[in-house]
Amino acid sequence: MYRSSRRPTTQCVVFAIRGPSAMEVKFVGDEDVLEHIVEKHDGVLGGGKSVQRMVTFKSPAGRRGCLEEEEQEEDEVFDEQNYIQALGADNATADEDGLSGVAGSSIFTFQKIKRSHRMAQTANELARTPGKSANVSTTSSTEPQTPTRTGRDHRAGNRTPHRSKKVQFVSTTPHRLRKRLTAPGLRSDSDSELSPSDSSEEEEDEEGPNGFKEEQKENTKTQRTPNKGSSSALSKTPAKKSKNSAEAFGKPTMTEEYFEAHGSSKVLTSDRTLERLQTPKLDRETLVHLLEGKPSCYSKEIQQLHNKNKKHFHKWMLQLQLGFSVLVYGLGSKKALLEDFRTSHLAHEIHLVVNGFFPSITLKTILNAITSEVLEDQGSFRTPSDQIQFISQTLKERPDLHLYLLIHNIDGPMLRGEKTQSALGQLASLSNLHLVASLDHINAPLVWDQFKVSQFNWLWWECVTFQPYAEETSYENSLLVQQTGALALSSLTHVLRSLTPNARGIFRLLVKFQLENKDNPLYTGFSFQDFYQRCREAFLVNSDLTLRTQLTEFRDHKLIRTRKGADGVEYLTVAVDASTLMDFLENEEGD
Amino acid sequence: MSTSSVSKGCFVFKPSPKKRKKQDVSQESYFIHDCAGPESGQRRFKLCQDLWKQIETETEVLQDELHRKILDSLLEFSRKCSSARCHGDWASQMRASEIPTAALMLGVNVPDHDLTFSSLSDLLRQSVTPYVVSLQAKECGALKHLLKRVLEGLMETVVAVDDEDEADQAACHVQKSVHCSLTTLCDWYIIKTKKSSNDTPGKKRPSTVTDEPEQLPPVVVVFKDLEAFNPKVLQDFILICSRYVHRLPLMFIFGIATSPSTIQHMLPHSVSSLLCIQLFQSLSCTEHLATVIDKFILTHQFPFKLTEKVLSVLVSIFFFHDFSVRNFMKGLQLALLEHFYTQPLSVLCCRKKAALHHATQLDHGDLERIRLLPSFKRYVEGQEAEEQVNLMTDDSHLKEVCQKLIKTLHKYHKNYYPTLRCLHALTSTLPRHLLGKQIRELHEACLRKNVWEQENYQSAMKLLKMQAKDELVVSLRRCAEILRSVKSKTMKNACEQLEELLCRFQQLDAAVDVAPSEDECVLSPPKNLPKKTDLFQLQKTLLEMNESRRSKKLSPFEILRNETVEFVDGLVRSHLWPPESQPLHEVCYYSSVATVKHHLNASPRTSIQVALSNPDHYLENDSLKTEDGSLSSAAPDICIAYKLHLECGRLINLYDWLEAYATVVSAAKVDPDQDAFGKVDEVKHARFIRAVSELEFLGFVKSTKQKTDHVARLTWGGC
Repeated sequence: MYRSSRRPTTQCVVFAIRGPSAMEVKFVGDEDVLEHIVEKHDGVLGGGKSVQRMVTFKSPAGRRGCLEEEEQEEDEVFDEQNYIQALGADNATADEDGLSGVAGSSIFTFQKIKRSHRMAQTANELARTPGKSANVSTTSSTEPQTPTRTGRDHRAGNRTPHRSKKVQFVSTTPHRLRKRLTAPGLRSDSDSELSPSDSSEEEEDEEGPNGFKEEQKENTKTQRTPNKGSSSALSKTPAKKSKNSAEAFGKPTMTEEYFEAHGSSKVLTSDRTLERLQTPKLDRETLVHLLEGKPSCYSKEIQQLHNKNKKHFHKWMLQLQLGFSVLVYGLGSKKALLEDFRTSHLAHEIHLVVNGFFPSITLKTILNAITSEVLEDQGSFRTPSDQIQFISQTLKERPDLHLYLLIHNIDGPMLRGEKTQSALGQLASLSNLHLVASLDHINAPLVWDQFKVSQFNWLWWECVTFQPYAEETSYENSLLVQQTGALALSSLTHVLRSLTPNARGIFRLLVKFQLENKDNPLYTGFSFQDFYQRCREAFLVNSDLTLRTQLTEFRDHKLIRTRKGADGVEYLTVAVDASTLMDFLENEEGD
Repeated sequence: MSTSSVSKGCFVFKPSPKKRKKQDVSQESYFIHDCAGPESGQRRFKLCQDLWKQIETETEVLQDELHRKILDSLLEFSRKCSSARCHGDWASQMRASEIPTAALMLGVNVPDHDLTFSSLSDLLRQSVTPYVVSLQAKECGALKHLLKRVLEGLMETVVAVDDEDEADQAACHVQKSVHCSLTTLCDWYIIKTKKSSNDTPGKKRPSTVTDEPEQLPPVVVVFKDLEAFNPKVLQDFILICSRYVHRLPLMFIFGIATSPSTIQHMLPHSVSSLLCIQLFQSLSCTEHLATVIDKFILTHQFPFKLTEKVLSVLVSIFFFHDFSVRNFMKGLQLALLEHFYTQPLSVLCCRKKAALHHATQLDHGDLERIRLLPSFKRYVEGQEAEEQVNLMTDDSHLKEVCQKLIKTLHKYHKNYYPTLRCLHALTSTLPRHLLGKQIRELHEACLRKNVWEQENYQSAMKLLKMQAKDELVVSLRRCAEILRSVKSKTMKNACEQLEELLCRFQQLDAAVDVAPSEDECVLSPPKNLPKKTDLFQLQKTLLEMNESRRSKKLSPFEILRNETVEFVDGLVRSHLWPPESQPLHEVCYYSSVATVKHHLNASPRTSIQVALSNPDHYLENDSLKTEDGSLSSAAPDICIAYKLHLECGRLINLYDWLEAYATVVSAAKVDPDQDAFGKVDEVKHARFIRAVSELEFLGFVKSTKQKTDHVARLTWGGC
């Protein structure tokens, strides 16, 4: 029994045998047609005698498609191999490198179409066999017949057996089809809603469950029947048409994949937010506390790695003194390693440690530290280049003075700038300044052009430590971590305490006004004129000018922000969030 | 003192001066401390240092030689410019209002430019003018800075030579940057030149008026990296300078990395018409590399050698990445250091005499190491049984044999390079360059395996056998020249043989002159072809004729040619063995490609991604081992988060991610608590936060405001 349905997702080849009987009208997708062709070729099956069989032969064909894809990938790898060979290092040396199995082509690829809910599937795959392997790459083509029921059921408790059954049934179809099946199917689940990122389309899913039931009852495969052809899950279809026709002929070309991935700017992700958690946001202290409580797994191995890396310290020293700079890269925080190096080998040398990940580190601080603390010069410098010149001159004049510069994260956000890097490069090229640095960002080497690279004279050292980036990420404003605002509050109070009562009054006025309007989304700020009026009424200022002077002071301390509105009027806002401001007012009143 | 703080990012540590170590001593001690075979460390370190110093000085000389030509023409140009100003005729008057400009094409190997410029300005200072100033684009963001640099550079360099009090004056001048104008410079220049002409009264009194301006040295401004300059600043500067050119004999030198059209792109016609530009082409970097290789690698005088793989890695880094000779030298330095550091027997890697001396001083450990060398083992296997035992047990006997082997090795090198050059001289002119255009390529081929077994070599020899006499004689002459300069005995012999062959070629010439080939006459009445014939018949007769000719006696020239080619072939077969065939070659040849590549041409991103997707590659733990290269659920948090994020599109929902993560992590527990399975508890949440912020730190994801609680994915590889 087949239900005829429009399948807007495919370029359909239609076997249309008119008539009321069940077997006659059928819309078949390209893949299915190809199936027939392939099967006939192989002489396995004469025709579409039974739908069941047709379906069972799908997965081998799907696999074949995969194989072809793999072959294609191998071709790419081969091309890459050519380049590697050209570089004079063939496979054998790659093995020696210890980077075997990772070709550049697998790292630098184009964006690919990602199926929603692949993550959950992968998670289940990974979770299925604790501590053991689960080959993720093959799951897409051959999912095991027994569904990972436990994982799924626990994950979303309200799921019905239908659903897991459905997963099973989906598993034998090729992925593209399966995606079509899963995406709306999961939409029907009240727990997860998919919606494009850039539009908030509402989706109605009444049809979903029905469709599934019927499908199950009839045990059909290929015909899923959303009654609404324009279901939002299918909104990507225009971009996909070409893809399907390409897939029909075995393998999509790279170009097609590329345009498929970039054709639509919409990204389907579920609408669930962290609000669903019991504790949507942890604050920094709790986080640190929680992480401290948990013993690190693999600490033994990590220690081994650390010891292995430590063995090279002597060589580093040697290379540093011969005019090279040492650059340490690899996964894991290298702060501990470099600290170890510092305490064990640099204890008797003059050295300077720079935390590149520190959010307010500047070139000026580094240069000032060198000139005033190391070289003990009290002079001031107009430009950094003057300062560098002074440093290089002084170091040239004193060849027995050796300075070691240790930079954690030379690719830190504040050091990334071209000027900073070229200044550091100039320093590194001095013969008695020795530089040790670490590098973490994957695109970090892009900050150096050839000239800088040769100034730095790097020797790269791979030091994979697997240590958590505890300190490096602690300054970051993570999405997941709640900002307590404790720092902002204390700085607010400190600044205000040093001001005159009138100034404090002015500020309080502004804060109060902002809090009154905190629920107003259209609130852009306090217009200067109104503010002046209010301040006058409260006897806080006597002229326009006094208020401006006061505001300049606030602005200098970064307490307030001014913005010109559309009408040219200045609007004032306090650059602190509402809860902190509340606390602030409470404190003030308490005083 | 700790180096982590929430208020500071920069920490200075100054130990008391007493504690500081002496530098030289420590350098050596670092080398010795844990290098392989520390007993001979000191000697090896010294050898290494000596060799490197030798390389450094010789490179400098080489660099100077290479740039001599272009520098000479440049100097000539600058001299001409300074003298042209004084001529009275109309054309040179016109010229005089233009600023003479030398556009120096240096090529894209920017890191090498520094050396060129430093030697250029040195030469200019010595021979043309004391007033030279070099500018770099990054110092000259605005016209003000540029002018300041020019003034400082000119006045200070000059002042530094002169008295102290003057220095202060000049310093004051510059500090008052209000007066930082070319007028100041003009005044200064006039004073300066007057003074210097007064200073040297005895030498050459300016007797005539016309003679004096000729002596005025030009003021040379060098723009090291023209492309990087702000065009606006440059234009303004040139416009200003053109106003002063009558009072101040200015001259510019532009360093250009790309193409001469850059000048047209940067300067509009109105500005470039103020310049009198002459183009100078510097030596291409490939030629430069060829000379460097010639000097340090293709010579027996330099004991340290690279194996084929290391050499080709260094060469490919040069050609694929930077074209920088300086970086090539850096690679060489690294290889040198690594060789002496890791190979305890490198103590023998020095000049023959020293090596023989060192061989007598080898201790037992070293001798054991020699016995373990694969090349030595092969040598032992080739000996008789008694000798084998002797070699493996008797230390003093081994020492003697070692000396003998070192001698052979040196002899091998002495013969290898001249033969290589000969072969290259003969084959480089052949069509299709079967054995490489550059001698470097031929060298690599010879290092790889027996060159005479390679197909290209055989076809090259065939081609040689077909070469015309003139060409052959020319290349043979070159060979003879190469061999003549070699002192080795075998090479002398070869040289004599070659000269003899050349002689015979000449005699052949004479003979041919006397008797214009008789066989020609024999051949000239060919078998009378039938007037009318079909194609088949014609083919047949032609084939027959061909047969008869082949079977025919070769002409004397052909015999001689074959003889010559055989001689060359014999030379190649006896001397161009790959180094692996020589016992003890490990002493001189550095072979670790991976080290060189890792340190010079690292790929940090690959390393990070390997660590993320296969943590067992680095962490040796059984629970991480998987049979098919996929990820275990017991992997570190960041690896799991990474793996999951690979399955997402451009945006990632944090909640879904967290849930998926929790599922995996719960499964990793040995005893999964049934109720809590897959539930997000606080610890998991915290670990997840850490993993995500680490991924953000590494640059795989970033936070986005497109949708609440989403992050954006930034990379697409690794899936």
